[in-house]
Amino acid sequence: MQTKDEIGSDRLIWMYSQMVRIREFEERVKRTFVEHPGVIRGHTHLADGAEASIVGALSTRQDEDVVMPSYRCHGYPIVLGTPPRRIMAEIYGRKDGLCKGFGGSMHLADPAHHFPGTSGIIGQGIAHATGAALTAQVKNTGQVVYCFFGDGSSKQGAFYESLNLAAVWKLPIVFILENNQYQAYTHVSLEDANAIAGDPLSQKAQAFSIPGVTVDGNDVLKVREEVAIAVDRARMKQGPSLIESKFYRLSAHGNAITVPPVPTQFPEHEAVEVYGRRAEYEAARANDPIAKFRARLMSGGVLNEPDAQRIEEAARAEMDDAVQFALASPFPAPEEALNYVYA
Amino acid sequence: MAREMMFAEAIAAAIVEEMQRDSDVIFYGQNMAMTERDPMLKMFGKNRVRITPISETAEMGVAVGAAMTGLRPIVELYMSEFMLVAFNQVINEAPRLRYMSGGQVKVPLVFKAGFGFVAGWAGQHSNCIYNTMMGVPGLKLAIPSTPADAKGLMTAAIRDDNPVVYLHHYMLTIDKGEVPEGDYVIPFGVADVKRPGTDVTIVATAWMVKKSLAAAERLAEDGISAEVIDPRTLAPLDVETILKSVSKTGRLVLVDQATRHASAAAVIAAEVAEHGFQSLKAPIRLVTALDATIPYSEPLETYVLPNEDKIVQAVKSLLGEKAAAR
Repeated sequence: MQTKDEIGSDRLIWMYSQMVRIREFEERVKRTFVEHPGVIRGHTHLADGAEASIVGALSTRQDEDVVMPSYRCHGYPIVLGTPPRRIMAEIYGRKDGLCKGFGGSMHLADPAHHFPGTSGIIGQGIAHATGAALTAQVKNTGQVVYCFFGDGSSKQGAFYESLNLAAVWKLPIVFILENNQYQAYTHVSLEDANAIAGDPLSQKAQAFSIPGVTVDGNDVLKVREEVAIAVDRARMKQGPSLIESKFYRLSAHGNAITVPPVPTQFPEHEAVEVYGRRAEYEAARANDPIAKFRARLMSGGVLNEPDAQRIEEAARAEMDDAVQFALASPFPAPEEALNYVYA
Repeated sequence: MAREMMFAEAIAAAIVEEMQRDSDVIFYGQNMAMTERDPMLKMFGKNRVRITPISETAEMGVAVGAAMTGLRPIVELYMSEFMLVAFNQVINEAPRLRYMSGGQVKVPLVFKAGFGFVAGWAGQHSNCIYNTMMGVPGLKLAIPSTPADAKGLMTAAIRDDNPVVYLHHYMLTIDKGEVPEGDYVIPFGVADVKRPGTDVTIVATAWMVKKSLAAAERLAEDGISAEVIDPRTLAPLDVETILKSVSKTGRLVLVDQATRHASAAAVIAAEVAEHGFQSLKAPIRLVTALDATIPYSEPLETYVLPNEDKIVQAVKSLLGEKAAAR
């Protein structure tokens, strides 16, 4: 396996472990809706299916680089080193949550791990990430900003304004368009001019005269390869790039929207629930990025079955601990609600 | 020591001084620093003084992200209505991110915009939209009426660790006034009594302070002593100074260039009605713009706006017998 020499077994195994950790975390979040109904409030969005894309991209990152995704944000801090128990506690609205229960699933923030925060409004965080890149440029820190957003966001004005400005100012940022096929409930073929024309969404880069590539977001090593090129370019002060990472979201957009006291639940994926395309969904499941990478590492001799199981078992134990920690954590005192309004 | 400055000069002086003091302060906007001859560009270089495309979402959103990661951006937006193009960043991003992070990040930035340009700019460039921003937790709102306040409030805005909307009234741009030299900071949330008086309290902001002071002068000729208060910041709002004045005068006239239900006056009236009711000898009176989009033609424009006459009439209507007796 060629990549074994280029990347090193340890790094490949690290990448596999991170993918497994994200998946295990998201599955525990999803199970919470069944096992502990009512514990998770509001709207929660999962990253299952995005693991190869997230980990492939972040595997290129240097220690000080900044990561700013959309509200579908659980996966990134797990890779950056944020303790999953604190993320889970946040999603459960507890005092020991990452944001002390003030943000919830959509608004994770961990600036100590170079994860300044996320916007819950589609596309708006792209401008914030561009601002983080402005800080890196003005202060000449050498940092690169990783900006992640969905295919839906790429129809927002914030996307066009931010990419134009990033190109004009040659900001050190990599825009990673996670095309998971569905913006909320609408399939990309119903709302994207490039998709309708049969073109890749990365074609949008041409509007800003910056590099734009489309990569198989199910292939962690291919994502890594393309993102590395864009990161190098950004770090060399040559400006931004757009990468369309194409994969398939494996869960529904989010939990069903219910009115209390009806507990929230995760519905079936839109492909099945809305469009009646079960075959499409089953094919995506069969093309699971984690299973693919596992098999590849096995056939390449990087990973053996006992080691793989050990990694998977460790992730299960870690996320089980996260659930227990979150359940045991107290709620914040009500009057704390008036903290943090002003600095 | 003080020196005479124009309102706009005082704002610019505050920005220059703060940029000299703190290298984290940057300044950008549309149609600025277009050539190498630009004085700000000469002073601070193109890294810190930048021109932007007409992209309010990016301009303000980039400021939010830059502020979250260690800069203190000032965004020149020119007209407050242009913020409406990207109001999500003003209302739903900048003031919320710190709170949602449980206090982990801060968002120190200034959105600078002119407003209220009632000089024939017609329906979309002359309005007062500050009411939409004064009740947003996490957001501060400064609205100066004199060159000295303009400088002191801009300095405070730049040094503040929170997002601040700084609104300067276009009709005050070339007004002159004494501005203290040196480090001059006006703390937010401290109203200023622009003219002391005993019979009636007039609360006004920006250009309406000037109108109210002129009205107070005329009222004085009729033996009516009006106290004129300028809150100077609408968020935080110094209700205490207003209540204290009302407890002395027993009468309150609120002058506001916005339309009645979209005015700061409506909010102040509610505060005084709740907390100062015992002091009131007469109903609170609001002198606001009439409920119309600002029209183009001068007589139409004049008709819908508050002015000295309307303020004088409102005060006299409250003082009734006292006014008639003199």
